[in-house]
Amino acid sequence: MKNKIIGNVAIVVSGLSTLLIIAVLFYMLTEIFINGKDYLTWEFLTQSPTEGMTAGGIFPAIVGTVLLVLIMSILGVPIGTITALYLSEYAKRGSIFTKLIRFAVNTLAGVPSIVFGLFGLGFFVQFIGTGMDKVFSSPDQVIWAQPSILWASATMAFLTIPVVIVSVEEALRSVPQDYRAAGLALGATKWQTIRKVVIPNSISGILTGTILAIGRGAGEVAPILFTGAAYFLPNLPNSLSDQFMNLGYHIYIMATQSTDVEATKGIQYATVSILLLVTFTLNLVAVLIRYKIRKKRII
Amino acid sequence: MEKKPKIIVENLQLFYGKKQALSNINLTISEKFVTALIGPSGCGKSTFLRTLNRMNDLIDNVKIEGKIKIDGEDIYSSDQDIVALRKRVGMIFQKSNPFPKSIYENVAFGPRVNGINDKARLDEIVERSLKRSALWEEVKDDLSKSGLSLSGGQQQRLCIARALAIDPEIILMDEPASALDPISTAKIEELIHELKKMYTIVIVTHNMQQAARVSDFTAFFYIGELIEYDRTTKIFTNPSLKQTEDYISGRFG
Repeated sequence: MKNKIIGNVAIVVSGLSTLLIIAVLFYMLTEIFINGKDYLTWEFLTQSPTEGMTAGGIFPAIVGTVLLVLIMSILGVPIGTITALYLSEYAKRGSIFTKLIRFAVNTLAGVPSIVFGLFGLGFFVQFIGTGMDKVFSSPDQVIWAQPSILWASATMAFLTIPVVIVSVEEALRSVPQDYRAAGLALGATKWQTIRKVVIPNSISGILTGTILAIGRGAGEVAPILFTGAAYFLPNLPNSLSDQFMNLGYHIYIMATQSTDVEATKGIQYATVSILLLVTFTLNLVAVLIRYKIRKKRII
Repeated sequence: MEKKPKIIVENLQLFYGKKQALSNINLTISEKFVTALIGPSGCGKSTFLRTLNRMNDLIDNVKIEGKIKIDGEDIYSSDQDIVALRKRVGMIFQKSNPFPKSIYENVAFGPRVNGINDKARLDEIVERSLKRSALWEEVKDDLSKSGLSLSGGQQQRLCIARALAIDPEIILMDEPASALDPISTAKIEELIHELKKMYTIVIVTHNMQQAARVSDFTAFFYIGELIEYDRTTKIFTNPSLKQTEDYISGRFG
């Protein structure tokens, strides 16, 4: 009898908390969309902000975000994937070196994003940037030793690398040990086994994990505060050393620095909708890739 | 048929960390005969099988002493190319493990990693291997079907075809029929009879009747030691040692 009551309580409690989460999500999305929908026009997506951000669109912020995510992926995904490959396939389990790498990855994953931002400012902008200016630029010229889309992307890459490592490693480990044994027993080298057996059998996991990691990075603002995001730019960035606008940062600016809060309110809602749309799209792409590859494998 | 030594094992010892799993194994395996390894679980027969293509190398903390010579060459010498060894010594696992690829690609995997990419050559190898593993008639109409869509027994024969495709001299089988139904098992056993005309076969089995049916020689392992090794007919009708007799008559194990 007592057990039955406990069982029913468990059902009610878990059901209610699920409902609560769905309700919050639903409320947030409808609130944002209803208040922003009147501003979601073609012009909004294709024009620059005007009149102190109380009018115009968010085109530079969209382009900046897309560029940021792209460069971040180019820098971070290969490093993360190769590290995961090492940890899963080559590293001796339980050796001190392996434990050290894992410790580093886990610690890196737990570092607050604002700390990444400060690190990016100190390491990339000031240290690497200054060094590059000394070597590549003429005296007194500052090209690299200032916030730019390159340094913001590099900082962001470091933020996402631990996430990429963890998800890719998980995907690699999901490949049955039997397949590796079969490959090796057929006279394939270790690398051939990895390339022809392990990777093809975990590619959907690798891709989805990577895209989810990227999606996480796309919404972050703190790491780019000091490393490259700009308040307002009339032009799009046209070199790696230019600053850029970013959706998340734009939202922060409009919410805190606006001269006329009432006038920016609708634009604010619309911008949030677009940011959500971008991250949701990335997640959706991840799901679709996984679905497509799974289907292909069954046939 | 005349006996010609293919594999000579001398004073083989194997340790997992500090634990000794094989002690002082000496035996000679004859070319183009079937040698069965029997014994209770944990006796070291599978471990011994895996020393023959150095699959134990994949496990951390394994230490091996002694010599295993194949055609006179010590496969544990420092200049032995392990990849080359595994091309000569194929292996069939207990759980059939075809890749989640087509039947064709499963069989072509070995030749491909060995650098054979010519379509006509691959076609020929795939057909020959599937015929030798007695699977050709059942699958020839659709080689693009996934290997995983086959039945358990067919999957195991596909794995055999895959192993044959790289032209091994020796085939190791680790309880190849233990997960199969009696009809599939009979097919595998029939196949072993055919294969021994061309290959040297070493098979681990839990099934006494199977050892008696398929093998020419039988080695009885117990707690990491080779207790008795002789012609299968002798082992099963008139073993020299009481321990062997007790095991095969089902008194323990």
